Amino acid sequence: MSARPSPTRVITAGAGFLADALAAQSGTVSRVDWRPPPAELAEPLATVMADPRRAEANAIAIDRVLASTAQLVDVAPAREVLRLENGAFLHAGPPIEWARASGPLRGALIGAMLFEGLAGTPEQAERQLAAGTRIMLDSCHHHGAVGPMAGVVSPSMWLLVLEDPTDGRRAYCSLNEGLGKVLRYGAYARPVIERLDWMSTVLGPTLRDAIRQQGALDITAITAQMVQMGDEGHNRNRAGTLMVLRDLLPAIAEVGRSAADVAAVARFIGGNDHFFLNLVMPACKLAMDAGRDVPGSTVVIAMARNGTDVGIQVSGTGDRWFTAPAPVPEGLYLGSYGPADANPDIGDSSITETAGLGGFAMAAAPAIVQFVGGTVADAFTATQQMYEITLAEHPRYQIPVLDFRGTPVGIDVTRVVRTGILPQINTGMAGRVAGTGQVGAGLVRPPLDCFRGALYGLAERAPAISFS
Amino acid sequence: MPRHAGAGHVEVRQGVYRDSVALMQASRTIAAAPGVSGAMIAMATELNLDLIEDLGFERPAGAGPNDMVVAVAAADPAALDHALSLVETALTARAPGRDSGGAGTGPAAAQAPRTVSAAARDHPEAELALISVPGPHAFTEAMDALESGLSAVVFSDNVPVELEIRLKDEAAHRGLLVMGPDCGTAHVGGLGLGFANAVRPGPVGIVAASGTGAQQLMCLLDAAGVGISQCLGVGGRDLSAAVGARATRQALRRLDEDPATQLIAVVSKPPDLRVAQRLQEEGSELATPVTFGLLEPGAPDLTRFTEQLLRRLGVAVPAWPFWAPGRGRPARPGALRGLYGGGTLAAEAHALATDALGPVASDDLGATGHLVVDFGADQFTVGRAHPMLDPALRNQRLAADLADPTVGVILLDVVLGYGAHPDPAGELAAVLAVRPHDPPAIVTALVGTQADPQDMDGQAKKLTDAGAYAFGSHAQAVGHAIQLLQAAR
Repeated sequence: MSARPSPTRVITAGAGFLADALAAQSGTVSRVDWRPPPAELAEPLATVMADPRRAEANAIAIDRVLASTAQLVDVAPAREVLRLENGAFLHAGPPIEWARASGPLRGALIGAMLFEGLAGTPEQAERQLAAGTRIMLDSCHHHGAVGPMAGVVSPSMWLLVLEDPTDGRRAYCSLNEGLGKVLRYGAYARPVIERLDWMSTVLGPTLRDAIRQQGALDITAITAQMVQMGDEGHNRNRAGTLMVLRDLLPAIAEVGRSAADVAAVARFIGGNDHFFLNLVMPACKLAMDAGRDVPGSTVVIAMARNGTDVGIQVSGTGDRWFTAPAPVPEGLYLGSYGPADANPDIGDSSITETAGLGGFAMAAAPAIVQFVGGTVADAFTATQQMYEITLAEHPRYQIPVLDFRGTPVGIDVTRVVRTGILPQINTGMAGRVAGTGQVGAGLVRPPLDCFRGALYGLAERAPAISFS
Repeated sequence: MPRHAGAGHVEVRQGVYRDSVALMQASRTIAAAPGVSGAMIAMATELNLDLIEDLGFERPAGAGPNDMVVAVAAADPAALDHALSLVETALTARAPGRDSGGAGTGPAAAQAPRTVSAAARDHPEAELALISVPGPHAFTEAMDALESGLSAVVFSDNVPVELEIRLKDEAAHRGLLVMGPDCGTAHVGGLGLGFANAVRPGPVGIVAASGTGAQQLMCLLDAAGVGISQCLGVGGRDLSAAVGARATRQALRRLDEDPATQLIAVVSKPPDLRVAQRLQEEGSELATPVTFGLLEPGAPDLTRFTEQLLRRLGVAVPAWPFWAPGRGRPARPGALRGLYGGGTLAAEAHALATDALGPVASDDLGATGHLVVDFGADQFTVGRAHPMLDPALRNQRLAADLADPTVGVILLDVVLGYGAHPDPAGELAAVLAVRPHDPPAIVTALVGTQADPQDMDGQAKKLTDAGAYAFGSHAQAVGHAIQLLQAAR
């Protein structure tokens, strides 16, 4: 405010009569549609808002997130790059034990046991997993990795290795298997395991050789382009997949594989619109990890679901997970499946929303809203709503129909609690029963309780305030 | 998986393409038709053909990913025929809720912002926010305003003093100003914020740690033909020992830099003496002359302070507005009751009445004898609107005091202006109309200007018609009430 401000515009929040009074004086008024957050959250909210570290901490965290870029630098087995031993399995979402694991996660773990040759039958695998001897379960996020849906990674699975060229940090994700009856949706029938075998004997090594031959592939650049081509990077990765196939195919053809293998690899990638999802996810993981551990920052660094719980991690609260029961997504079902068949929300793929893609970039991919019988206007509404709860607009991921406005990025716990607006996540739906596979796709929002918990966690670490 | 014990139909439409999402929606529509046990309309990919097998159908031969397959299972042939008749419509149906491209469908369809920062992002030219959310939430919104580069008028009260200090320090750090919390009135850039009288522009810049105090000052200046440059409210606690005049210091600097301000007036509820002293020393170092109207014991009341200002500006002091009721009322002995919406006016009444009458209770609704109540105090506004807008609490007390034979005079403030009740005199008159045979005398201070939207003369007439005295000067109103009591003794 200058020493002598001119009567431009007053932003009002609260009592309507005071805004009316300004309008009655011919003032220009912008009214905030303010709604009270839950009364019991007023004090922790004020405590966090008063934290003198917060504004600067958020600026630092956001700068780091936005500065991060990702390159595909290698493809390698999890045993090598994550040093996973036999019997070690990573999974999506916050940590969970077998006893509380949902059907699709159990199904994927059973499949991984079969794939690793640790069990001869699904029943045997299940018994061993339940007993837990010589079994290690841990969250992908704890190992710099992310996994879609069940997100199960076992030592023999090949991983895409992404690196941030500025600081050499790495993030990992498995190779996408396609849609339908696949391990990540909890299916473990013979064709599922056979596909995994082919992926680890043909697809993985071929991609490794190709990427080593042609050098690092700039995933951030492809992601920026795909957002302008109608992909939102979570449920729609068609343009991204085709661009990565375009960029890799010459090298794939040159690394000395048989024509049949080259054709199979090209057909597999080109026939799976979600191949690029497993490149977007670790790119987002790299970006968000860059913003970790800034004391006082209220930026959400991870949102992930294990099929039982949804968990979030926040920059200012370290590795602590704030969890709440996972809801069932709303959407459209394949075939005769219905809501009773769907498992609660599952997967690390919500790292895309955390990084400003997926549901946050819905306006760039209006086709996605039809998953819930919505309209194109709903796509714009979803993205515009997300600007309310985020701290920045992504300088690289721009939405043409919004005049190239950057996608909303950097979920702020305080804004979620203040507005009650929950992050919009586009997602697939897994069958509730182990072995079923995909039953549909739709939209979901994480529970407010995750953010409520995070708010209390941030308030505990902020200077105390006297409310007397 | 349902098995079609009844009727089933599967058909391949070669070379027909629909978007997978449209197909999923069509499938859902058909599956919901009466008697249908399963339906799938999809491109014939391997995956979809597997699913069609799961529905209990033979896998159609020769179908490939560029063909569309329609599979419906129903309880009987009639249900099947009906369902199939819906397929074409379902395939061409548009999503529900879509309108014909009018407002609200395009990318520009705007939603009202839900936070101050979201509004600021939409309007980068804005410089000022007015926060009037309930007290427990006010700090959060005000902090959001500051972080968005906006100065803030915080009308809300019930904000902890520690958070008030935090806000004011943040504002100073950012070169912004926080007016409040509990800022009743402000004038910035020609706009009145909060409870604001329509006053003329002029040379006096006001810093106000007092809402109704500042309104009284501005209205009296206006009556004398003198206008204001700006009125920067700082909240009633700014000159307390804890807050230490943090906002007043900022506001003084701004007014000193404002070429339209020739004389600065600081009005405050009773300040901390050391804070006031330090502030007066600092004020004397500014280029613009500063006068202090600090409502401490022994200091001039607001009317006398205004008169001093006028003399300093070389303006003649006028006779302050006064409206007498048509029929003179005989005074009766008894207690003084001051029932106020304005905190500073209540404090002034308390100070003047104590000097003349001896002990006067304050804000104690159970007190007998002389009593002044500020219905705008924090304890009376938790969860309810300010009495200048919602006079119900005061009206209730007024009705009781009217019927109380121990009450001699009732003193009331009637505050006009933007944001205030549209007809405060009418509200009071309705309560006064039901008073008993031998009522106490009613004296009002009518704080307003000729330009206020309520029509000051019309408001005065309603008061005098109800038998009340009305004074433009609050100090004169209190003086008249005391005179009436003393005459009746």
